[in-house]
Amino acid sequence: MPPLAQRNLFHDKVRLTVTLTGIVFSVVLIVVQLGLFIGFTTATSNLIDHSGADLWVTSKNVPYVEQGVAFSERKLNQVRAVEGVADAQKIIAHWTQWKRHDGGQESVQVVGINVDDAMERPWNLVEGNVEDLKRPDAVIMDELYKQKLGVARVGEVFEIGGYRARVVGFTHGIRSFTTSPYVFTSFKNAQNFTKMREDQTLFILVKVAPGANPEQVRRALLDRVKDVDVLTNAQFSHMTTFYWMFTTGAGVAVLIAAVLGLIVGFVVVAQTIYATTVDHIREYGTLKAMGAPNSYVYKVIMKQAAISAVIGYVLGMIVSVFVVHGSEKGGAAILMPTSMAVGMFFLTLAMCVGAALVSINKVTRIDPALVFKG
Amino acid sequence: MQAAISVRNLTKKYDEGAVGTLALRGIDLDVHRGELLMLMGPSGSGKTTLLSIMGCILAATSGSVRVAGREVVGLREKDLPLIRLEHIGFVFQGFNLFPTLTAGENVELMLDLKKASAVKANKRAQELLDQVGLGAKYGSFPADLSGGQKQRVAIARALAGDPEIILADEPTAALDSHTGRNVMEMMSELAHKRERAVVIVTHDSRVLSFADRIVKIEDGAIAAAEETEMVPAGLLATNLPQAAVALA
Repeated sequence: MPPLAQRNLFHDKVRLTVTLTGIVFSVVLIVVQLGLFIGFTTATSNLIDHSGADLWVTSKNVPYVEQGVAFSERKLNQVRAVEGVADAQKIIAHWTQWKRHDGGQESVQVVGINVDDAMERPWNLVEGNVEDLKRPDAVIMDELYKQKLGVARVGEVFEIGGYRARVVGFTHGIRSFTTSPYVFTSFKNAQNFTKMREDQTLFILVKVAPGANPEQVRRALLDRVKDVDVLTNAQFSHMTTFYWMFTTGAGVAVLIAAVLGLIVGFVVVAQTIYATTVDHIREYGTLKAMGAPNSYVYKVIMKQAAISAVIGYVLGMIVSVFVVHGSEKGGAAILMPTSMAVGMFFLTLAMCVGAALVSINKVTRIDPALVFKG
Repeated sequence: MQAAISVRNLTKKYDEGAVGTLALRGIDLDVHRGELLMLMGPSGSGKTTLLSIMGCILAATSGSVRVAGREVVGLREKDLPLIRLEHIGFVFQGFNLFPTLTAGENVELMLDLKKASAVKANKRAQELLDQVGLGAKYGSFPADLSGGQKQRVAIARALAGDPEIILADEPTAALDSHTGRNVMEMMSELAHKRERAVVIVTHDSRVLSFADRIVKIEDGAIAAAEETEMVPAGLLATNLPQAAVALA
């Protein structure tokens, strides 16, 4: 096929620039908003997804992990006594205040764990060792929040909830969805930092024995341990994510922005391809007079849309990669998994081809007699 | 011999609000292969409408139009492109070349519609441009061609589909007399040497001498039709001893 589509597209460079700008804007906006959505979603359930647990035991009606309610730590023994439970550990995850050297205070989420157990350990350590949490007053935080908490290096001492805390290590990439960073410490320290009674805990994490049915163990726990809820890791993760992303409206806001990006791209491409089609209407009329079926003409228009989509996508993704990379050091991570990048290609293609449909109607209704007008 | 185009009692009415316009009234006309027919008449007489209907671009209101022996009145809209592709080549007053394609690619486009392979299309397009004397302009864009050259490319494109019928609407209107004459010589050759049925709508009295038959259209009907012999001095801007029209 002679390169009619390509030639018409590249003939008007100003219009092509407008088209590509619209597509690039749309791609970047959608990637950023969806990337934020994925980043937020990941951050909301980070603690649960990396817990290593199969089940969570909570007080009744706890809607998300940041809203834990204290209950008696004696229930730990009851949990361990249930058949199918391989391991169970007390966990605290609760807000308190971090005092900087300059006297300022920042809200943090203390995560208190059994350092000798594998569950809910801090991950992605870049400095220090998890075993260092056995030392008195030891805490590990994410390097992302150094400036926020006024921390320069390992070994520095601060005050958390009125108690002394010594930084023994840094992680990389453990983001909190809220503005309060996670601070990992021992269970005992966490009780002090959050002013919790010694006989209390917020959660119990359960590891199911190999070969045991997690659902059966969950039901058995509900039967044997009173006044608690028992959720699978996935359930609690989903509940927490749903609360932060949809009940608060944060997720809806970014999704709306993503949809707006799609609409903007659609409108810009539709307008420019329509304008190009009108400019070339006589040629399309001539094509039809020569004997081209409508489908041939549609193919020319669709090809223009597809070429615009490919070029716009490539340019948009180049910009997006820079934006995503730049967000890594920020408070809100923009994540772009490979599946999203691939999906964006097809979305961009669909957007441009769909926009071109507006022009299809125009060429279908070409007045045949226009080919005879001089 | 079966006519390439056969029109019987053709009527075309345009509906314009409450009032309709009768553009063609009871046209009867045959056009044969090997013949160059000219349609003449004042503006609004219906010449281009008749050409459009013969070319399966416009639909008739009533009557019969047979193209290459096939009745086209009443055919579905989606069947008409194939008729045009198989049997009809068009040459337009404004050339109607694709400005972003080269001369060669303009001709290849017709061959692509006929589903020729890229290699065959390229070869055939070169042959056709050679035949119209523009082989060296294969890679030139229409903007770089003169009016006469553009019209010759258009003729090559019209021939690319190997149609038995060539329909031309004012093919010399945008050309000077010398170039126009060259184009008409080519059209005459198509009719007389290549046995095509050539129908030309024209106002240009300079080209009447090329016609085998001139049909005058007035108010949507045939006012006169005659084989050409001598052209009266009052009808032509210049005396051309080879052509004439006798008006009834």
